[in-house]
Amino acid sequence: MATVTSKSAYGRMGGDGAPAYPDGAPKTLEDAPLVRGNLSFHDVTEMVAYHTEKKTPTGWFLAFGAALVGMAIFGVAVAFLVWNGPGVWGLTNPVFWGWAIVNFVWWVGIGHAGTLISAVLFLFRQRWRTSINRAAEAMTLFAVACALVFPTFHVGRVWVIYYTLPIPNQMAMWPQFKSPLLWDVFAVSIYGAVSLLFWYVGLIPDLATLRDRAANAGRTLRAQILGFFSLGWTGSNRHWRHYERAYLLLAGLATPLVLSVHSVVSFDFAISLVPGWHTTIFPPYFVAGAIFSGFAMVVTLLVVARKVFDLENLITLDHLEKMNIIILVTGTVVGFAYITEFFIAWYSGVEFEQYAFLNRAAGPYAWAYWSMMACNLIFPQIFWIKRFRRSIPIMFAISITTNIGMWFERFVITVISLHRDFLPSSWDYYSPTIWDVLLYVGTFGLFFTLFLLFLRFVPMVAIAEVKGVMPQADPHFYAHSGDGHGTIGDGGPTHDLAPYQQDAFAQSASPAAGDPERDGVPNPAPTDRPAGGGTEPASPRH
Amino acid sequence: MPQLFPRQANALPTVSLFGALGGGILVVLLAWYYLSPEFYEVGYQPEQPVPYSHALHAGQLGMDCRYCHNHVEQSPHANVPSTQTCMNCHGVVATESAKLLPVRESWATGVPVEWVKVHHLPDYAQFSHAAHVNVGVGCESCHGRIDQMEVVYQAEPLSMGWCLECHRAPEEHLRDPSLVTAMGYLDDMTDADRAANLARIEEEGIKPPQNCSACHY
Repeated sequence: MATVTSKSAYGRMGGDGAPAYPDGAPKTLEDAPLVRGNLSFHDVTEMVAYHTEKKTPTGWFLAFGAALVGMAIFGVAVAFLVWNGPGVWGLTNPVFWGWAIVNFVWWVGIGHAGTLISAVLFLFRQRWRTSINRAAEAMTLFAVACALVFPTFHVGRVWVIYYTLPIPNQMAMWPQFKSPLLWDVFAVSIYGAVSLLFWYVGLIPDLATLRDRAANAGRTLRAQILGFFSLGWTGSNRHWRHYERAYLLLAGLATPLVLSVHSVVSFDFAISLVPGWHTTIFPPYFVAGAIFSGFAMVVTLLVVARKVFDLENLITLDHLEKMNIIILVTGTVVGFAYITEFFIAWYSGVEFEQYAFLNRAAGPYAWAYWSMMACNLIFPQIFWIKRFRRSIPIMFAISITTNIGMWFERFVITVISLHRDFLPSSWDYYSPTIWDVLLYVGTFGLFFTLFLLFLRFVPMVAIAEVKGVMPQADPHFYAHSGDGHGTIGDGGPTHDLAPYQQDAFAQSASPAAGDPERDGVPNPAPTDRPAGGGTEPASPRH
Repeated sequence: MPQLFPRQANALPTVSLFGALGGGILVVLLAWYYLSPEFYEVGYQPEQPVPYSHALHAGQLGMDCRYCHNHVEQSPHANVPSTQTCMNCHGVVATESAKLLPVRESWATGVPVEWVKVHHLPDYAQFSHAAHVNVGVGCESCHGRIDQMEVVYQAEPLSMGWCLECHRAPEEHLRDPSLVTAMGYLDDMTDADRAANLARIEEEGIKPPQNCSACHY
């Protein structure tokens, strides 16, 4: 039986003189093909699986070494903190929530994109999620792990951290269920657990692919380890049905969590009475900010990863542009929220509220406020221009400034609101100590250690899911050609597409990402497009 | 391709799933049982320098607890008696007893007998004997049937949950303050006693605190 690739199928069409784009070239970003380079299913498996199977490159060891240095800093910072107590941080009256809480909220926010991409975009049938969801979910898990470090050690006596959980104990003592800090424990740990489960369930078919490749290559131990984690997956119809049902259910379960986690984190502030915290706008504004920073982190990581691992045909410029649009939208939403806060402070007529906000913009921390405004509201506006949305250096720069801006947002909310509270006699200027900084730097070590292990050992793109959005996955791909069993016969694509379908042929005819002139930019007209893979008529193989 | 795993491996996911769940529950249960003061503290019975018998003095002879622990009504601490207190009687009773040799030595040298403390509370938990004794919490409520102990041991867990049991339902444990040293009172408590306690609680406004800073300050 012949292996039909999109390349050969397209080649046939070109050879037949049929139009490369029966319905015209993709006009919008939404119509743009999701996978480029005329890849076959096997090509996709190869280009992703290869990175887990090859000999470990030196560059990886160098990066991992740097990450381990970060881990060492992390270890020292934690050990010093636990030995001496949180007094080593810059916390003092009246600012008792300093960098630790800022960093916690920042990392949790970053951890938002993964589940948004994997669950919400899945339910909304956004098929472009498939190329980026695996890496984004991994990033989520690692960001949540980094986030949990801060409140865990902020409690001071970390050895009694189990007090935060409702475990029966000899003290007959239960956590305070009325406290948003407790809701936080539940929200973040449930989010972490569901994200892990969701990520793992999505991994099973790909792990089985790796297992079979390892078994075929005679690497028995590797095959057994992968076999253990792929839970006996054979790819049977029954397995797929169960898998897809489970995945859908988990997506449904994870979707409310995307909204709840950061809403609950915002309650830590909003439930209190401190001016600058006590506002009802916090939950939606925190969720928008979380998506903003999460997508920025995905862009930061994937812009590098797609280049290093040669995945530009899977994680295309179109994917990045879509993420940049989300960054533009959510950045503008948070900017709008900043301005709304000012309006409400004025409109409320509460002088404490008004002072708190004036103090933000013109007080001793005005530098932090205006850094936030610039990074979150102003810089992303550059993405209104398509050329910049598709420019790698610009999107990389904006993704970095976005996360700087989101860090400052949490700093502004936490520290500026606290440092001038109700009692003017205790007003003070908060500064972090070296131990605040080292723990923050250390969490980057933790994050990149985990992320580099992920890149090395786990397929970083969801192989099976990407195949599902490729033209060959369309049941009609072979419908009018051949005997309906994957072999090519005569006849062109004459069927009509339903409105929800993408034209398989239009996608298969996309140029490779390596072609800078053409990469992902929707064509003005079909005639002006070089025929991509269609220039060489492939011989139908039977 | 040969099979990677034997057929029995099909059970592995199920076994590990339920094993993890069951194991988690088991760990919680074991910790709950074995890490509780009820398991590891109750029954603590150190050897004392003098084989002093509470069963003889408080039980058979019927001495009042407050003869030796004489500050218990004024002080947070139920003091251990000084050698002088022992010698009040043992200056004339059993003066030749070998068991009392350490007491007489202490009396002669002025070096106190080093009694071993049985009932320990953590440093961060403040407990006042006076506050409890004066309102009518009997000695036996916390220390058990001292009158039957040859060598004193810890009879109750002294855990926070155990304290709270009484603070939440004082009518089950209170008695007339004049009967505070009576042993065996709790065994014979009647519904009438409980009703009387409730009336007293109402009348005297007895309200055992349940907030953190009642004991942790």
